[in-house]
Amino acid sequence: MKNKMNFSGEHLAYLKKQKRKKILVISLRWIILAAVLGLWELLTFLKVADPFITSSPSRVIKTLGSLYASGELFRHVGITLGETLAGFFIAVILGYSIALVLWSSQTVRAVAEPYIVVLNSLPKIALGPLIIIWIGTGYTAIIFMTVIVAIILCIMNTLAGFLAVDPTKLTLMKAMGASRRATLAKLVIPASLPALMNTLKVAVGLAWIGSIMGEYIVSRAGLGYLIVYGGQVMKLDLVMTATFILCVLAGCMYGVIALIEKIVVKQF
Amino acid sequence: MLEFKNISYSYHTKTGETAAVSGLSFKIEKGQFASVIGPSGCGKSTILSMAAGLITPSSGEIVKGSGEAGYMLQRDALFEWRTVEQNIFLPLEIKKRNTPEMREKALALAKKYGLGEFLKKSPSQLSGGMRQRAALIRTLAAEPEILLLDEPFSALDYQTRLEVCDDVQAIIKSEKKTALLVTHDISEAIALSDKVIVLSPRPAHVIAEHPVSFANNPKSRRNDSRFAEMFEVLRTELGI
Repeated sequence: MKNKMNFSGEHLAYLKKQKRKKILVISLRWIILAAVLGLWELLTFLKVADPFITSSPSRVIKTLGSLYASGELFRHVGITLGETLAGFFIAVILGYSIALVLWSSQTVRAVAEPYIVVLNSLPKIALGPLIIIWIGTGYTAIIFMTVIVAIILCIMNTLAGFLAVDPTKLTLMKAMGASRRATLAKLVIPASLPALMNTLKVAVGLAWIGSIMGEYIVSRAGLGYLIVYGGQVMKLDLVMTATFILCVLAGCMYGVIALIEKIVVKQF
Repeated sequence: MLEFKNISYSYHTKTGETAAVSGLSFKIEKGQFASVIGPSGCGKSTILSMAAGLITPSSGEIVKGSGEAGYMLQRDALFEWRTVEQNIFLPLEIKKRNTPEMREKALALAKKYGLGEFLKKSPSQLSGGMRQRAALIRTLAAEPEILLLDEPFSALDYQTRLEVCDDVQAIIKSEKKTALLVTHDISEAIALSDKVIVLSPRPAHVIAEHPVSFANNPKSRRNDSRFAEMFEVLRTELGI
Protein backbone atom coordinates (compact mmCIF):
# COMPACT_ATOMS: atom_id res chain seq x y z
CA MET A 1 0.00 0.00 0.00
CA LYS A 2 1.15 3.48 -0.82
CA ASN A 3 1.19 6.01 1.95
CA LYS A 4 0.02 9.42 0.77
CA MET A 5 1.96 11.39 3.35
CA ASN A 6 5.29 9.63 3.13
CA PHE A 7 7.14 9.34 -0.13
CA SER A 8 8.69 6.01 -0.99
CA GLY A 9 12.45 5.65 -0.78
CA GLU A 10 12.61 5.62 -4.55
CA HIS A 11 10.77 8.91 -4.81
CA LEU A 12 12.99 10.52 -2.16
CA ALA A 13 16.05 9.42 -4.10
CA TYR A 14 14.53 10.94 -7.23
CA LEU A 15 13.88 14.26 -5.49
CA LYS A 16 17.40 14.27 -4.09
CA LYS A 17 18.82 13.67 -7.54
CA GLN A 18 16.79 16.53 -9.01
CA LYS A 19 17.95 18.84 -6.26
CA ARG A 20 21.56 17.85 -6.74
CA LYS A 21 21.28 18.56 -10.45
CA LYS A 22 19.94 22.04 -9.76
CA ILE A 23 22.73 22.82 -7.30
CA LEU A 24 25.26 21.59 -9.84
CA VAL A 25 23.88 23.87 -12.57
CA ILE A 26 23.84 26.93 -10.31
CA SER A 27 27.32 26.34 -8.93
CA LEU A 28 28.73 25.71 -12.41
CA ARG A 29 27.32 29.06 -13.54
CA TRP A 30 29.13 30.89 -10.74
CA ILE A 31 32.30 28.87 -11.21
CA ILE A 32 32.49 29.77 -14.89
CA LEU A 33 31.99 33.46 -14.10
CA ALA A 34 34.62 33.37 -11.37
CA ALA A 35 37.04 31.45 -13.59
CA VAL A 36 36.72 33.91 -16.48
CA LEU A 37 37.12 36.94 -14.22
CA GLY A 38 39.97 35.28 -12.31
CA LEU A 39 41.85 34.27 -15.44
CA TRP A 40 41.36 37.74 -16.89
CA GLU A 41 42.73 39.35 -13.73
CA LEU A 42 45.60 36.87 -13.54
CA LEU A 43 46.67 37.33 -17.16
CA THR A 44 46.74 41.11 -16.82
CA PHE A 45 48.49 40.85 -13.44
CA LEU A 46 51.20 38.63 -14.97
CA LYS A 47 51.42 41.08 -17.90
CA VAL A 48 50.59 38.29 -20.33
CA ALA A 49 47.78 40.53 -21.54
CA ASP A 50 48.20 44.28 -21.69
CA PRO A 51 45.64 45.86 -19.33
CA PHE A 52 45.77 49.00 -21.43
CA ILE A 53 44.14 47.01 -24.23
CA THR A 54 42.13 44.41 -22.32
CA SER A 55 41.42 46.26 -19.05
CA SER A 56 40.89 43.97 -16.05
CA PRO A 57 38.27 43.24 -13.39
CA SER A 58 40.13 45.25 -10.74
CA ARG A 59 40.46 48.22 -13.08
CA VAL A 60 36.76 48.00 -13.91
CA ILE A 61 35.95 48.14 -10.20
CA LYS A 62 38.28 51.10 -9.78
CA THR A 63 36.68 52.93 -12.72
CA LEU A 64 33.26 52.15 -11.29
CA GLY A 65 34.40 53.66 -7.99
CA SER A 66 35.73 56.85 -9.54
CA LEU A 67 32.60 57.26 -11.67
CA TYR A 68 30.54 56.88 -8.54
CA ALA A 69 32.72 59.33 -6.58
CA SER A 70 32.42 62.00 -9.26
CA GLY A 71 28.65 61.52 -9.38
CA GLU A 72 28.87 60.68 -13.08
CA LEU A 73 27.83 57.05 -12.63
CA PHE A 74 24.14 57.58 -11.92
CA ARG A 75 23.87 60.37 -14.44
CA HIS A 76 25.01 58.12 -17.29
CA VAL A 77 23.10 55.10 -16.04
CA GLY A 78 19.99 57.20 -15.46
CA ILE A 79 20.06 58.71 -18.93
CA THR A 80 20.50 55.41 -20.76
CA LEU A 81 18.01 53.61 -18.53
CA GLY A 82 15.47 56.40 -19.04
CA GLU A 83 15.89 56.31 -22.81
CA THR A 84 15.65 52.54 -22.91
CA LEU A 85 12.56 52.36 -20.70
CA ALA A 86 10.81 55.18 -22.54
CA GLY A 87 11.57 53.56 -25.90
CA PHE A 88 10.55 50.16 -24.60
CA PHE A 89 7.17 51.29 -23.28
CA ILE A 90 6.37 53.39 -26.34
CA ALA A 91 7.31 50.51 -28.64
CA VAL A 92 5.27 47.96 -26.69
CA ILE A 93 2.17 50.11 -26.25
CA LEU A 94 2.21 51.51 -29.78
CA GLY A 95 3.10 48.09 -31.24
CA TYR A 96 0.26 46.43 -29.34
CA SER A 97 -2.22 49.05 -30.51
CA ILE A 98 -1.12 48.71 -34.13
CA ALA A 99 -1.38 44.93 -33.84
CA LEU A 100 -4.95 45.34 -32.57
CA VAL A 101 -5.85 47.41 -35.61
CA LEU A 102 -4.21 44.87 -37.91
CA TRP A 103 -6.05 42.03 -36.16
CA SER A 104 -9.41 43.69 -36.60
CA SER A 105 -9.29 43.78 -40.40
CA GLN A 106 -7.87 41.27 -42.81
CA THR A 107 -7.81 43.90 -45.53
CA VAL A 108 -5.73 46.31 -43.45
CA ARG A 109 -3.44 43.38 -42.63
CA ALA A 110 -2.96 42.51 -46.27
CA VAL A 111 -2.25 46.13 -47.17
CA ALA A 112 0.24 46.60 -44.33
CA GLU A 113 2.12 43.33 -44.80
CA PRO A 114 4.78 44.38 -47.35
CA TYR A 115 5.53 47.55 -45.39
CA ILE A 116 6.05 45.59 -42.21
CA VAL A 117 8.24 43.03 -43.98
CA VAL A 118 10.48 45.71 -45.47
CA LEU A 119 10.68 47.74 -42.27
CA ASN A 120 11.52 44.59 -40.37
CA SER A 121 14.42 43.73 -42.67
CA LEU A 122 15.73 47.30 -42.87
CA PRO A 123 18.78 47.89 -40.65
CA LYS A 124 17.41 50.74 -38.55
CA ILE A 125 20.83 52.32 -38.16
CA ALA A 126 20.54 53.36 -41.81
CA LEU A 127 18.01 55.90 -40.60
CA GLY A 128 20.64 57.53 -38.32
CA PRO A 129 21.35 60.63 -40.44
CA LEU A 130 17.64 61.16 -41.08
CA ILE A 131 16.86 60.95 -37.39
CA ILE A 132 19.54 63.53 -36.55
CA ILE A 133 18.31 65.94 -39.20
CA TRP A 134 14.62 65.49 -38.49
CA ILE A 135 14.57 65.09 -34.74
CA GLY A 136 17.84 66.60 -33.61
CA THR A 137 20.48 65.26 -31.28
CA GLY A 138 18.63 65.20 -27.97
CA TYR A 139 17.14 62.30 -26.01
CA THR A 140 14.12 62.27 -28.29
CA ALA A 141 16.29 61.10 -31.15
CA ILE A 142 17.64 58.21 -29.08
CA ILE A 143 14.20 57.27 -27.84
CA PHE A 144 12.95 57.40 -31.43
CA MET A 145 15.76 55.06 -32.46
CA THR A 146 14.86 52.69 -29.61
CA VAL A 147 11.21 52.69 -30.68
CA ILE A 148 11.88 51.94 -34.34
CA VAL A 149 14.28 49.16 -33.45
CA ALA A 150 11.80 47.45 -31.12
CA ILE A 151 8.36 48.26 -32.52
CA ILE A 152 8.23 46.09 -35.64
CA LEU A 153 8.91 42.98 -33.63
CA CYS A 154 6.31 44.07 -31.07
CA ILE A 155 3.74 44.41 -33.83
CA MET A 156 4.57 41.12 -35.50
CA ASN A 157 4.78 39.05 -32.31
CA THR A 158 1.64 40.36 -30.67
CA LEU A 159 -0.28 40.08 -33.95
CA ALA A 160 0.88 36.48 -34.29
CA GLY A 161 -0.41 35.94 -30.75
CA PHE A 162 -3.81 37.40 -31.64
CA LEU A 163 -4.07 35.32 -34.79
CA ALA A 164 -3.07 32.13 -32.99
CA VAL A 165 -6.23 32.21 -30.85
CA ASP A 166 -8.02 28.85 -31.06
CA PRO A 167 -10.57 29.04 -33.93
CA THR A 168 -12.98 26.84 -31.94
CA LYS A 169 -13.08 29.49 -29.22
CA LEU A 170 -13.68 32.19 -31.85
CA THR A 171 -16.57 30.19 -33.28
CA LEU A 172 -17.95 29.80 -29.80
CA MET A 173 -17.87 33.56 -29.24
CA LYS A 174 -19.49 34.16 -32.61
CA ALA A 175 -22.23 31.63 -31.89
CA MET A 176 -22.93 33.44 -28.61
CA GLY A 177 -23.37 36.60 -30.63
CA ALA A 178 -20.32 38.32 -29.15
CA SER A 179 -19.40 41.71 -30.60
CA ARG A 180 -15.92 42.29 -31.98
CA ARG A 181 -15.13 44.25 -28.87
CA ALA A 182 -16.32 41.52 -26.49
CA THR A 183 -14.37 38.92 -28.47
CA LEU A 184 -11.29 41.07 -28.08
CA ALA A 185 -11.74 41.76 -24.38
CA LYS A 186 -12.88 38.35 -23.25
CA LEU A 187 -11.00 36.07 -25.60
CA VAL A 188 -8.25 37.50 -27.78
CA ILE A 189 -6.47 39.69 -25.23
CA PRO A 190 -6.41 37.17 -22.38
CA ALA A 191 -5.60 34.25 -24.71
CA SER A 192 -2.63 36.10 -26.17
CA LEU A 193 -1.10 37.14 -22.83
CA PRO A 194 1.65 34.51 -23.05
CA ALA A 195 2.58 35.84 -26.50
CA LEU A 196 2.69 39.37 -25.08
CA MET A 197 5.03 38.22 -22.32
CA ASN A 198 7.35 36.64 -24.88
CA THR A 199 7.25 39.86 -26.87
CA LEU A 200 8.23 41.88 -23.81
CA LYS A 201 11.22 39.62 -23.24
CA VAL A 202 12.54 40.07 -26.76
CA ALA A 203 11.63 43.76 -26.81
CA VAL A 204 13.81 44.41 -23.75
CA GLY A 205 16.87 43.23 -25.65
CA LEU A 206 15.92 45.25 -28.71
CA ALA A 207 15.27 48.39 -26.64
CA TRP A 208 18.82 48.17 -25.29
CA ILE A 209 20.18 47.74 -28.80
CA GLY A 210 18.16 50.77 -29.91
CA SER A 211 19.19 53.07 -27.08
CA ILE A 212 22.91 52.20 -27.27
CA MET A 213 22.84 52.47 -31.07
CA GLY A 214 21.14 55.85 -30.70
CA GLU A 215 23.79 56.99 -28.27
CA TYR A 216 26.53 55.86 -30.65
CA ILE A 217 25.09 58.19 -33.25
CA VAL A 218 24.11 61.32 -31.38
CA SER A 219 24.60 61.40 -27.63
CA ARG A 220 26.54 63.54 -25.18
CA ALA A 221 25.91 61.30 -22.16
CA GLY A 222 24.85 57.77 -21.28
CA LEU A 223 26.45 54.35 -21.27
CA GLY A 224 26.63 54.15 -25.07
CA TYR A 225 28.32 57.53 -25.05
CA LEU A 226 30.85 56.29 -22.46
CA ILE A 227 31.65 53.30 -24.66
CA VAL A 228 32.15 55.40 -27.79
CA TYR A 229 34.10 58.05 -25.94
CA GLY A 230 36.21 55.42 -24.13
CA GLY A 231 37.00 53.78 -27.44
CA GLN A 232 38.00 57.05 -29.08
CA VAL A 233 40.44 58.05 -26.33
CA MET A 234 41.66 54.47 -25.76
CA LYS A 235 40.24 54.30 -22.24
CA LEU A 236 39.38 50.62 -22.41
CA ASP A 237 38.61 50.60 -18.68
CA LEU A 238 35.72 52.92 -19.36
CA VAL A 239 34.49 50.76 -22.25
CA MET A 240 34.59 47.61 -20.13
CA THR A 241 32.95 49.32 -17.15
CA ALA A 242 30.07 50.66 -19.22
CA THR A 243 29.64 47.26 -20.87
CA PHE A 244 29.60 45.61 -17.46
CA ILE A 245 26.90 48.01 -16.22
CA LEU A 246 24.88 47.28 -19.37
CA CYS A 247 25.07 43.55 -18.70
CA VAL A 248 23.78 44.07 -15.16
CA LEU A 249 20.95 46.41 -16.21
CA ALA A 250 19.81 44.26 -19.13
CA GLY A 251 19.88 41.19 -16.90
CA CYS A 252 17.81 42.93 -14.22
CA MET A 253 15.22 44.16 -16.70
CA TYR A 254 14.86 40.69 -18.18
CA GLY A 255 14.53 39.33 -14.65
CA VAL A 256 11.71 41.75 -13.84
CA ILE A 257 9.81 40.71 -16.96
CA ALA A 258 10.38 37.02 -16.32
CA LEU A 259 8.93 37.59 -12.85
CA ILE A 260 5.88 39.43 -14.24
CA GLU A 261 5.42 36.60 -16.73
CA LYS A 262 5.49 34.03 -13.96
CA ILE A 263 2.71 35.87 -12.14
CA VAL A 264 0.58 36.66 -15.19
CA VAL A 265 0.83 33.39 -17.07
CA LYS A 266 0.31 31.20 -14.02
CA GLN A 267 -3.19 30.21 -15.13
CA PHE A 268 -2.13 29.00 -18.55
CA MET B 1 -38.50 23.59 -32.79
CA LEU B 2 -36.41 23.97 -35.89
CA GLU B 3 -37.35 23.51 -39.48
CA PHE B 4 -35.21 23.58 -42.63
CA LYS B 5 -37.27 24.22 -45.76
CA ASN B 6 -35.58 23.39 -49.04
CA ILE B 7 -32.22 24.82 -47.94
CA SER B 8 -29.24 25.18 -50.26
CA TYR B 9 -25.79 26.47 -49.46
CA SER B 10 -22.65 26.88 -51.54
CA TYR B 11 -19.08 27.61 -50.56
CA HIS B 12 -17.08 30.02 -52.65
CA THR B 13 -13.34 29.65 -53.01
CA LYS B 14 -10.86 30.94 -55.56
CA THR B 15 -10.94 27.67 -57.46
CA GLY B 16 -14.69 27.53 -57.67
CA GLU B 17 -18.06 27.01 -56.12
CA THR B 18 -18.94 23.95 -54.06
CA ALA B 19 -22.54 23.07 -53.35
CA ALA B 20 -22.45 21.84 -49.75
CA VAL B 21 -26.16 21.52 -49.16
CA SER B 22 -28.93 21.28 -51.72
CA GLY B 23 -32.70 20.98 -51.23
CA LEU B 24 -32.41 20.05 -47.58
CA SER B 25 -35.62 19.80 -45.58
CA PHE B 26 -36.27 18.40 -42.12
CA LYS B 27 -38.11 19.33 -38.97
CA ILE B 28 -37.36 18.88 -35.30
CA GLU B 29 -40.20 19.12 -32.78
CA LYS B 30 -39.88 20.87 -29.47
CA GLY B 31 -38.16 18.65 -26.89
CA GLN B 32 -36.95 16.26 -29.54
CA PHE B 33 -33.36 15.01 -29.68
CA ALA B 34 -32.46 14.60 -33.34
CA SER B 35 -29.24 13.40 -34.90
CA VAL B 36 -27.89 14.07 -38.33
CA ILE B 37 -25.53 11.50 -39.77
CA GLY B 38 -23.87 11.45 -43.12
CA PRO B 39 -20.67 10.58 -44.91
CA SER B 40 -17.73 12.70 -43.84
CA GLY B 41 -17.42 16.01 -45.63
CA CYS B 42 -21.10 16.02 -46.58
CA GLY B 43 -21.75 19.41 -45.04
CA LYS B 44 -23.03 18.37 -41.62
CA SER B 45 -21.29 21.20 -39.78
CA THR B 46 -22.60 23.65 -42.36
CA ILE B 47 -26.12 22.69 -41.31
CA LEU B 48 -25.35 23.59 -37.70
CA SER B 49 -23.69 26.84 -38.70
CA MET B 50 -26.86 27.78 -40.57
CA ALA B 51 -29.06 26.74 -37.64
CA ALA B 52 -26.89 28.88 -35.33
CA GLY B 53 -27.15 31.82 -37.70
CA LEU B 54 -23.41 31.96 -38.31
CA ILE B 55 -23.96 31.64 -42.05
CA THR B 56 -26.98 32.39 -44.20
CA PRO B 57 -28.35 29.81 -46.64
CA SER B 58 -28.04 30.59 -50.35
CA SER B 59 -31.73 29.75 -50.70
CA GLY B 60 -34.57 28.28 -48.70
CA GLU B 61 -35.99 29.15 -45.31
CA ILE B 62 -35.08 28.23 -41.76
CA VAL B 63 -37.93 28.42 -39.28
CA LYS B 64 -36.82 28.72 -35.68
CA GLY B 65 -38.59 29.13 -32.38
CA SER B 66 -38.35 32.43 -30.60
CA GLY B 67 -35.48 31.38 -28.36
CA GLU B 68 -31.78 31.34 -29.00
CA ALA B 69 -29.55 28.48 -30.05
CA GLY B 70 -26.73 27.19 -27.87
CA TYR B 71 -23.74 25.80 -29.71
CA MET B 72 -21.56 23.00 -28.42
CA LEU B 73 -18.42 22.33 -30.39
CA GLN B 74 -16.07 19.45 -31.12
CA ARG B 75 -13.70 20.60 -28.44
CA ASP B 76 -14.93 22.01 -25.17
CA ALA B 77 -13.28 25.42 -25.81
CA LEU B 78 -13.17 26.25 -22.12
CA PHE B 79 -11.06 29.33 -21.41
CA GLU B 80 -8.01 28.28 -19.39
CA TRP B 81 -7.63 31.68 -17.76
CA ARG B 82 -11.09 31.50 -16.26
CA THR B 83 -12.32 29.22 -13.51
CA VAL B 84 -15.03 26.70 -14.35
CA GLU B 85 -17.57 29.04 -12.77
CA GLN B 86 -16.39 32.03 -14.81
CA ASN B 87 -16.53 29.87 -17.93
CA ILE B 88 -20.12 29.01 -17.19
CA PHE B 89 -20.95 32.71 -16.77
CA LEU B 90 -19.35 33.61 -20.12
CA PRO B 91 -22.55 33.49 -22.24
CA LEU B 92 -24.34 35.57 -19.61
CA GLU B 93 -21.64 38.24 -19.88
CA ILE B 94 -21.70 38.18 -23.65
CA LYS B 95 -25.47 38.36 -23.89
CA LYS B 96 -25.59 41.07 -21.21
CA ARG B 97 -27.78 38.92 -19.02
CA ASN B 98 -25.30 38.67 -16.20
CA THR B 99 -27.84 39.20 -13.44
CA PRO B 100 -27.69 37.59 -9.99
CA GLU B 101 -30.75 35.47 -10.84
CA MET B 102 -29.24 34.13 -14.04
CA ARG B 103 -25.95 33.42 -12.29
CA GLU B 104 -27.83 31.67 -9.50
CA LYS B 105 -29.69 29.51 -12.04
CA ALA B 106 -26.47 28.63 -13.84
CA LEU B 107 -24.79 27.68 -10.58
CA ALA B 108 -27.76 25.57 -9.54
CA LEU B 109 -27.51 23.76 -12.86
CA ALA B 110 -23.79 23.18 -12.38
CA LYS B 111 -24.34 21.82 -8.89
CA LYS B 112 -27.23 19.65 -9.99
CA TYR B 113 -25.00 17.96 -12.52
CA GLY B 114 -22.02 17.37 -10.26
CA LEU B 115 -19.80 20.34 -11.01
CA GLY B 116 -20.26 21.91 -7.57
CA GLU B 117 -16.86 21.03 -6.20
CA PHE B 118 -15.06 22.09 -9.41
CA LEU B 119 -16.53 25.59 -9.76
CA LYS B 120 -13.48 27.43 -8.46
CA LYS B 121 -11.03 25.18 -10.26
CA SER B 122 -9.29 25.82 -13.53
CA PRO B 123 -10.51 23.76 -16.51
CA SER B 124 -7.09 22.15 -16.77
CA GLN B 125 -7.76 20.40 -13.45
CA LEU B 126 -10.81 18.63 -14.89
CA SER B 127 -10.95 15.31 -16.72
CA GLY B 128 -12.01 15.26 -20.36
CA GLY B 129 -15.50 14.11 -19.42
CA MET B 130 -15.93 16.77 -16.76
CA ARG B 131 -14.70 19.45 -19.16
CA GLN B 132 -17.35 18.46 -21.71
CA ARG B 133 -19.94 18.57 -18.95
CA ALA B 134 -18.78 22.07 -17.97
CA ALA B 135 -19.06 23.07 -21.63
CA LEU B 136 -22.64 21.78 -21.67
CA ILE B 137 -23.56 23.69 -18.51
CA ARG B 138 -21.99 26.79 -20.07
CA THR B 139 -24.22 26.28 -23.13
CA LEU B 140 -27.28 25.76 -20.95
CA ALA B 141 -26.53 28.78 -18.74
CA ALA B 142 -27.94 31.21 -21.30
CA GLU B 143 -31.14 29.11 -21.40
CA PRO B 144 -31.12 28.37 -25.12
CA GLU B 145 -34.25 27.00 -26.71
CA ILE B 146 -32.35 24.58 -28.88
CA LEU B 147 -28.93 22.96 -28.50
CA LEU B 148 -26.73 22.48 -31.52
CA LEU B 149 -24.12 19.79 -30.94
CA ASP B 150 -21.28 19.57 -33.43
CA GLU B 151 -19.68 16.18 -32.78
CA PRO B 152 -19.08 17.23 -29.19
CA PHE B 153 -17.69 13.84 -28.23
CA SER B 154 -15.31 13.24 -31.10
CA ALA B 155 -12.24 14.52 -29.27
CA LEU B 156 -12.70 12.11 -26.36
CA ASP B 157 -11.26 8.63 -26.02
CA TYR B 158 -13.73 5.78 -26.55
CA GLN B 159 -14.45 4.95 -22.93
CA THR B 160 -14.91 8.57 -21.84
CA ARG B 161 -16.95 9.12 -24.94
CA LEU B 162 -19.54 6.47 -24.11
CA GLU B 163 -19.81 7.83 -20.61
CA VAL B 164 -20.00 11.49 -21.59
CA CYS B 165 -22.44 11.15 -24.45
CA ASP B 166 -24.91 9.27 -22.25
CA ASP B 167 -24.34 11.86 -19.57
CA VAL B 168 -24.90 14.83 -21.87
CA GLN B 169 -27.99 13.25 -23.37
CA ALA B 170 -29.45 12.63 -19.91
CA ILE B 171 -28.88 16.26 -18.92
CA ILE B 172 -30.41 17.59 -22.13
CA LYS B 173 -33.42 15.29 -21.71
CA SER B 174 -33.97 16.19 -18.09
CA GLU B 175 -33.75 19.89 -18.91
CA LYS B 176 -36.32 19.22 -21.68
CA LYS B 177 -34.25 20.93 -24.34
CA THR B 178 -34.55 20.45 -28.07
CA ALA B 179 -31.28 19.23 -29.54
CA LEU B 180 -29.73 18.72 -32.93
CA LEU B 181 -26.62 16.53 -32.90
CA VAL B 182 -24.31 16.20 -35.84
CA THR B 183 -22.16 13.09 -35.80
CA HIS B 184 -20.44 10.57 -38.03
CA ASP B 185 -20.92 7.85 -35.43
CA ILE B 186 -23.94 5.68 -36.29
CA SER B 187 -24.16 4.00 -32.89
CA GLU B 188 -23.99 7.32 -31.09
CA ALA B 189 -26.86 8.63 -33.20
CA ILE B 190 -29.06 5.61 -32.50
CA ALA B 191 -28.25 5.50 -28.81
CA LEU B 192 -28.98 9.16 -28.11
CA SER B 193 -31.73 10.30 -30.44
CA ASP B 194 -35.47 10.32 -30.85
CA LYS B 195 -34.92 10.71 -34.55
CA VAL B 196 -32.02 9.99 -36.90
CA ILE B 197 -31.75 11.98 -40.11
CA VAL B 198 -29.54 10.42 -42.79
CA LEU B 199 -27.85 12.70 -45.29
CA SER B 200 -26.57 11.99 -48.77
CA PRO B 201 -23.00 12.76 -49.86
CA ARG B 202 -22.36 16.37 -50.87
CA PRO B 203 -24.46 18.31 -51.80
CA ALA B 204 -26.33 17.11 -48.74
CA HIS B 205 -30.02 16.36 -48.70
CA VAL B 206 -32.11 14.04 -46.55
CA ILE B 207 -32.26 10.45 -47.78
CA ALA B 208 -34.10 8.98 -44.82
CA GLU B 209 -35.53 9.78 -41.41
CA HIS B 210 -35.85 7.16 -38.72
CA PRO B 211 -37.72 7.68 -35.49
CA VAL B 212 -36.08 5.73 -32.67
CA SER B 213 -38.52 4.65 -30.03
CA PHE B 214 -37.28 1.37 -28.54
CA ALA B 215 -35.79 1.32 -25.03
CA ASN B 216 -35.68 4.64 -23.24
CA ASN B 217 -32.07 5.28 -22.39
CA PRO B 218 -28.81 5.00 -24.32
CA LYS B 219 -27.47 2.09 -22.30
CA SER B 220 -30.47 -0.20 -22.64
CA ARG B 221 -30.77 0.83 -26.26
CA ARG B 222 -27.24 -0.34 -26.99
CA ASN B 223 -28.13 -3.71 -25.41
CA ASP B 224 -31.38 -4.05 -27.36
CA SER B 225 -31.49 -6.37 -30.36
CA ARG B 226 -33.17 -3.65 -32.44
CA PHE B 227 -30.01 -1.56 -32.07
CA ALA B 228 -28.06 -3.85 -34.37
CA GLU B 229 -30.92 -4.00 -36.88
CA MET B 230 -31.13 -0.25 -37.06
CA PHE B 231 -27.36 0.02 -37.30
CA GLU B 232 -27.47 -2.21 -40.38
CA VAL B 233 -30.22 -0.13 -41.98
CA LEU B 234 -28.33 3.12 -41.46
CA ARG B 235 -25.07 1.60 -42.58
CA THR B 236 -26.66 0.50 -45.84
CA GLU B 237 -28.20 3.89 -46.39
CA LEU B 238 -24.85 5.53 -45.88
CA GLY B 239 -23.36 3.06 -48.32
CA ILE B 240 -20.61 1.87 -46.01
